[in-house]
Amino acid sequence: MALQWWPEVSEIVFLSILVSGSATIIASFFAIPLGIFLSLFQFKGRRFLILLLHAVIGVPTVVVGLCLYFLLSRNGPLGWLGWLFTPAGMIVAQTVLIFPIITSFAVTHLLGKTKEIKETAILSGATDLQLLWTIILEARLGIIGAVAGGFARAIGEVGAAMMVGGNIRHFTRVMTTAIALETSKGEFELAISLGAILILISLGVSFLLFSLEHVGEFNDRDKKY
Amino acid sequence: MIFIFRIYISFLFLSLIFFAFNKNLAALSKENELVLATTTSVENSGLLNVLLPLFEKETGIRVKVLAVGTGQALRLAGDGNADIVITHSRFAEEKFVMDGHGVKRIPFMRNRFIVVGPKNDPANLKQAKTALDVFKIMADSGVTFISRGDQSGTHQKELELWSAAKVKPKSEHYLETGTGMEATLFMANEKQGYILTDEGTFETIASKISLERLYAGDPILDNIYSVIAVNPNKHKEVNASGAQQFIAFLTHNSFVRNLIETFKHTRDGRPLFYIVPLILKFLPAGFTLYILV
Repeated sequence: MALQWWPEVSEIVFLSILVSGSATIIASFFAIPLGIFLSLFQFKGRRFLILLLHAVIGVPTVVVGLCLYFLLSRNGPLGWLGWLFTPAGMIVAQTVLIFPIITSFAVTHLLGKTKEIKETAILSGATDLQLLWTIILEARLGIIGAVAGGFARAIGEVGAAMMVGGNIRHFTRVMTTAIALETSKGEFELAISLGAILILISLGVSFLLFSLEHVGEFNDRDKKY
Repeated sequence: MIFIFRIYISFLFLSLIFFAFNKNLAALSKENELVLATTTSVENSGLLNVLLPLFEKETGIRVKVLAVGTGQALRLAGDGNADIVITHSRFAEEKFVMDGHGVKRIPFMRNRFIVVGPKNDPANLKQAKTALDVFKIMADSGVTFISRGDQSGTHQKELELWSAAKVKPKSEHYLETGTGMEATLFMANEKQGYILTDEGTFETIASKISLERLYAGDPILDNIYSVIAVNPNKHKEVNASGAQQFIAFLTHNSFVRNLIETFKHTRDGRPLFYIVPLILKFLPAGFTLYILV
């Protein structure tokens, strides 16, 4: 059964990884610095912003998908991009969805740590760039965790991917929308198989990301001497 | 420190804006792509998998299929996000054309709706002569009836039939799922209830459920599929020429018309889809197509 579908399944898997991976990278470029920024600097409204980020995670993904549908619709404000029903549109949707997750995860992890690091670093006369690098190294587990969490959410997301992507065969069908389709067709066994592949991939990527934790250790060893 | 952040953020936003304005990222050549919004029953029958490669070979146009419910298909087309629709809900389609979103409603193929239910048939539909009788019996006998409840073509037909029979089943016996035809049939199977379904979908999953076809044949149960090109005067961005080529492919190509009737058969040997005779294509939209040869 699975073998004849392999070309199509691999197409779907590849697209899932491409779309969710891109979304995670783009979202992280915004979210991680924001997380570090929020943990470093105290300003009026910081608490509210952090609370807001946490709250926004709970928005149903279909609702986000609908909002993006109106934005990306041909007559909509961003219609000229032509990104509705394309992987590009799906990347935008997932980026928007996981940005608050990555940020709040990073902030939660960093809030305690960065104050100490900042104080220690300033005492030892570190430059701003050195301080930043130290923060990133020390807090790498939190950052990795945030990014991994973001990817997992992105690759498992259905509502917005369905709405903005359209689940078009060979063009915008990803694992989650394929699972939804097969389920609605009553092909439960195929849906579960795809689900298993999805979990394996999520596990694999998490494993890869978390193994980056050890990268910093070589630097630390050098510094000891 | 903040300076570093400011530089970084500015860089990110500038690159995003540059990225977005880059014309290469905007939609590819429109002439080679056609966005078809259609219903799940059309997609799941496998007809498009047979027809679309042929169409692409003949015209070079790649068709992107959005298989959603009838309501959503017409909404997407009405927003100008699809170039052409194939649906099976006459009133919704005629409204679509009247509102100026569609060029012309062109019925091109049909199959039929059937009523399926539990093998032992507690409502005894055998005594029914017409479809309206069937619906009256189901409402009066208090059997469980499962509905799509999602403004799909099937759901709209079901609502028309309840209203034509002037009955309504009691709410405790009427279950609305809001899911696709297959999923709804599976639920009907679990509940051993009655359900209106299109013959094609039922044939596809009949081996997996224990429900049986209990009533069919009344012309009012004809399920007519129409193709409508989205009006380029109202929605400038649509691929109007591609849409017209597809319509010509569906209605004037005799090989294709034959293929529609032969690509799949029901278990008792009848075609899954019949083509609608061409002469009906020229009749005005308001003509009652329930009367068919």
